[in-house]
Amino acid sequence: MNHDHILLAHGGGGRLSHQLITQEILTRFGSGPLASLPDAAALELDSSRIRFTTDGFVVQPLEFPGGNIGDLAVHGTVNDLAVSGARPRWLSLGLILEEGLPLTLLRRVLDSVQRAAADCGVIVATGDTKVVRRGQCDGLYITSSGIGEALPGFDLRLDRILPGDRILVSGPLGDHGAAILAAREGFENFHTPVSDSRPVHRLVEGVASLAWGIRFMRDPTRGGLATVLNEMTTGQDFGMLIRARELPFSPGTAALAEMMGLDLLHVASEGCLVMVCAAEVAEAILEFWRTLPEGEKARAIGVVTADQAGRVILESAIGGLRVVDVPSGELLPRIC
Amino acid sequence: MNYIDGFRDPDAAARYRVTLAQLGQELADQGGRACFMEVCGSHTMAIARFAIRDFLPPAVTLVSGPGCPVCVTDPGYIDAAIELAGQGKIIVTFGDMMRVPGSRSTLAKSRAAGGWIESCYSPVTALELARAHPEREIVFLAIGFETTVAPVLAMLDTARRSALPNLTLLVAFKLVPPVLAALIADPELKIDGFLCPAHVSAVIGANAYRPFAENHGVACVVAGFEPLDILYGVEGLLRQKIAGRATVDNQYNRVVRPEGNPVAQRLMDHYLMPAAVSWRGLGVIPASGLVLRPEFAQFDAEQRHQLTLQPGRPNPHCLCGEVLKGKIRPAQCALFGVACHPDHPLGPCMVSSEGSCAAEYRFASGVTP
Repeated sequence: MNHDHILLAHGGGGRLSHQLITQEILTRFGSGPLASLPDAAALELDSSRIRFTTDGFVVQPLEFPGGNIGDLAVHGTVNDLAVSGARPRWLSLGLILEEGLPLTLLRRVLDSVQRAAADCGVIVATGDTKVVRRGQCDGLYITSSGIGEALPGFDLRLDRILPGDRILVSGPLGDHGAAILAAREGFENFHTPVSDSRPVHRLVEGVASLAWGIRFMRDPTRGGLATVLNEMTTGQDFGMLIRARELPFSPGTAALAEMMGLDLLHVASEGCLVMVCAAEVAEAILEFWRTLPEGEKARAIGVVTADQAGRVILESAIGGLRVVDVPSGELLPRIC
Repeated sequence: MNYIDGFRDPDAAARYRVTLAQLGQELADQGGRACFMEVCGSHTMAIARFAIRDFLPPAVTLVSGPGCPVCVTDPGYIDAAIELAGQGKIIVTFGDMMRVPGSRSTLAKSRAAGGWIESCYSPVTALELARAHPEREIVFLAIGFETTVAPVLAMLDTARRSALPNLTLLVAFKLVPPVLAALIADPELKIDGFLCPAHVSAVIGANAYRPFAENHGVACVVAGFEPLDILYGVEGLLRQKIAGRATVDNQYNRVVRPEGNPVAQRLMDHYLMPAAVSWRGLGVIPASGLVLRPEFAQFDAEQRHQLTLQPGRPNPHCLCGEVLKGKIRPAQCALFGVACHPDHPLGPCMVSSEGSCAAEYRFASGVTP
């Protein structure tokens, strides 16, 4: 392309639009259903049990330690499918570009989308590109929908959770939110937090043989672990007890949280899995998770309790007990 | 993190639990009870976060004091900030102020309506904005206790030296010792000891509390913000109570010196002078605030724009004043958790994460599993 920046004409449907699509999109994503640029992708599945999800990505800054808005969009969509017990297959990619966006930045983001999709075994099957006037969006927004095939054996329901079940997390908590905050505030002098933007589908598919003992899964994005656990317990006839000493945190993230007064239970992860499972399968799941880089720091963090129904209780670092509530208001706007 | 972990050691905490239980029993055997006040919002927050009330014996009550700067900010101040935002000034504020109710609105609502309001972690953000937008006036919402006053003045000092004409402060600085004096003078309040703030004390020095111990017989322990600091502080207060002593005990001497920080004190004295100011829920307290000296009027948003801060109108059913004085626990307010909760705060103590009501709502401690 002969331009260094996105122009309104790139979204006008004419020659520049065509150039943008052929040079930047088809070169990266044109080997599959997108090849002939159909209005709708023709897809076939063996299974009739599918999972379908959608998400919008508006993170600022667009690039941050550990990733950018491109791989975040792929991982966010893939992870929503994975925690629903599905194998992710196809994604859509909707790009909303601001007039003036540097093309080099767009290319870095699209390269990340390409790499992340390949890593997750998903195909970008359909997409759209729009350009809006300067000031009408903040550089670049992405929307992405995803289709996955339900994996056999998973029956993920809150009403299957029983007292005595274990609560597992696959990795350190809060790294994504901390990385965004550090990037915004310009903290570069100490162990800068790095976003955990990464897929969790391997953590799910690898334990499919134990699916009978897996009750429920979520990925603790906005609102963090506190929100996910409260969503699981609110209105239920069980409670949860988690132990502060068992919670995995990266050193840089923990240091930033101390400095900024953040409660890491409320801070987002983008590559972490929270699972409630029967005690009998917990050790086997952790053992498998720890063989993968994304599950290296996996921990059992607590148990489902018969009492304290509807509440999440934390045993603090010094051994006191308190309720874990959901965060209120905006902790950090636009982290994903 | 290893350094901090040492102050969160669960085995040491378990030993404090035993010690505090024994001391509590000793006090109960004397027929006594003790009521201590943690003055500072950061203490309130740590007490909630680490579930420290869970460690207290029945004879000891810990009440939260007026040490959250957001909570004691008068609604009229918020009204003035909103008015300045409406005039096109860029408002820079610590994030907690965004949702504090003024008489009619909040800064968050003002921002949604188009006001340019930036939340910041450091006052330096105001300097950067002033340099980047020479055509606009930047108003920094200068609230806080002694701890915050010093860094805000350091920022102002830089602005003055680099002759930045477009940066002003809307000042509502507050001082800890005068409000403690006002609390002691309240005959309805019976406080046996103050758990004195950690970082405020680093500025004013541990000696600042001597009048309370020596003239009023109130035990004072300066304690750090880590859980073991706080448990150690409560132990110190309890030992003074049992022995019938009242002295200033500086347990945070790894940071706090008897005389405080003279550099910060000189800076404060250069720019500011004491004034009677209004505290939300407590009313006007003599010499309890700091205002800019007349020679620095050009940096004073209130003077520059001829604003007169009107006392605002808080919600008439809100009992934050009683909470701030330690007269009631948050749950004793009829609005608590019903009409007033963190997503819809009516009173200031529910707004800031350091507020007593927010801390109690979020971290209701002492649960028995």
